[in-house]
Amino acid sequence: MTADSRRTSAAQEASLGQTSYRRPEPGSQPNYLHPAYRATVRRAPSKPLILLPHTLSEITGPLFGDSPLAENDNDLTRQHAGEPLGERIIVSGRVREEDGRPVRNTLIEIWHANAAGRYSHQKDDHRAPLDPNFTGSGRALTDSSGRYRFVTIKPGAYPWENHPNAWRPAHIHFSLFGHAFATRLVTQMYFPGDPLFPFDPIFNSIPDERARQRLISHFDLKETKPGWALGYSFDIVLRGREETPFE
Amino acid sequence: MSKPPLTATASQTAGPFFHLGLTGSRSVGRIAAPGIEGERVRLSCRVLDGDGAAVNDALIEIWQADAQGHYHHPDDPHSSSGNPAFLGFGRQETDEDGSCSFETIKPGRVPGAGNHVQAPHLNCTVFARGLLKHLTTRIYFSGDPANAQDPILRLVPQERRDTLMAHEHPAERGAWHINIHLSGERETVFFDV
Repeated sequence: MTADSRRTSAAQEASLGQTSYRRPEPGSQPNYLHPAYRATVRRAPSKPLILLPHTLSEITGPLFGDSPLAENDNDLTRQHAGEPLGERIIVSGRVREEDGRPVRNTLIEIWHANAAGRYSHQKDDHRAPLDPNFTGSGRALTDSSGRYRFVTIKPGAYPWENHPNAWRPAHIHFSLFGHAFATRLVTQMYFPGDPLFPFDPIFNSIPDERARQRLISHFDLKETKPGWALGYSFDIVLRGREETPFE
Repeated sequence: MSKPPLTATASQTAGPFFHLGLTGSRSVGRIAAPGIEGERVRLSCRVLDGDGAAVNDALIEIWQADAQGHYHHPDDPHSSSGNPAFLGFGRQETDEDGSCSFETIKPGRVPGAGNHVQAPHLNCTVFARGLLKHLTTRIYFSGDPANAQDPILRLVPQERRDTLMAHEHPAERGAWHINIHLSGERETVFFDV
């Protein structure tokens, strides 16, 4: 089957309303209302959501495969005159759909705090130093096998005002579009062995323990560069296509 | 239906500092540049929480078809006839007043399931601190005769449909406004996509 004939058949399915994306596995996604995370109380919808059958509006979405990326967009340690302070790390992994097929040429956007746990953001009032050599913002495109790679520094944990003595485990925010409006994902990657996991209501908002564990990156000796930086691997899975008609 | 080998990664909140990664040079307020075919729309959105307070740290993204009702995407059978200068994507953060605005064109009608045709609409997602998953809603254009036949609006109880309608300013043609109430009495209809 050629790429063009695949395209045509996907298009025909779409016009007949036969392509849709799989609904989430029970427990694998957080609920909107999670009172332990206080800000959800006034922001979570209180009325039931309306199930939306997937139409052309949901199975299409913005594709940024030809985004012009700057050379240092995926290297957060080389975006300023000097190098940022902190433990240099390499974060890499694969983006796939649930059926295992790679998500190629898709845009990943990340942001995170500096090594002291402070964001380069005017609303972050944590009393920790800013780093003039670190902004904490990166972008990358996946390659033809769905792989991506960032070089950055390990972010610090930081306090927040959710409850007394509340601290967020160190994390990197990830944003992905995938192939469709329905595959949009914003999530957070954590680091192995973080002592703050049991106390973090955001991490623990995901009911299924296995789904929580999948947000924790793995130390990766293969990706670790001798004498230079530790490697962490973090694989991301976007919703896959359902092959059966929805009505 | 067999279970797929992998499970989709869990969502986590975008938090209050998403601006670092998602806005600034990555914002898109002008979805349609002047000259793109279609009826010009200046859309302002205001995001409010369950107490009616302005949400000053939300991110809104828009995905829309062109004036012919075609999406700029390979799975749209008519995509190739679209204008390559029009991607159909917008992204803006809310300001201290909870507001943001987009400059665009009114999309055409898009096919729905079966023989249905959908009324012109913008697909809209909301991200914010306190939202563990993004919210998905649609923005329709009040007064459009196609709304009465829209297959998705028909899934929404009559008394809540107006929460999905942008309204045109009575004295200013092309200026549309919608409030997005995350929760509470006037809660916007959100979809399970």
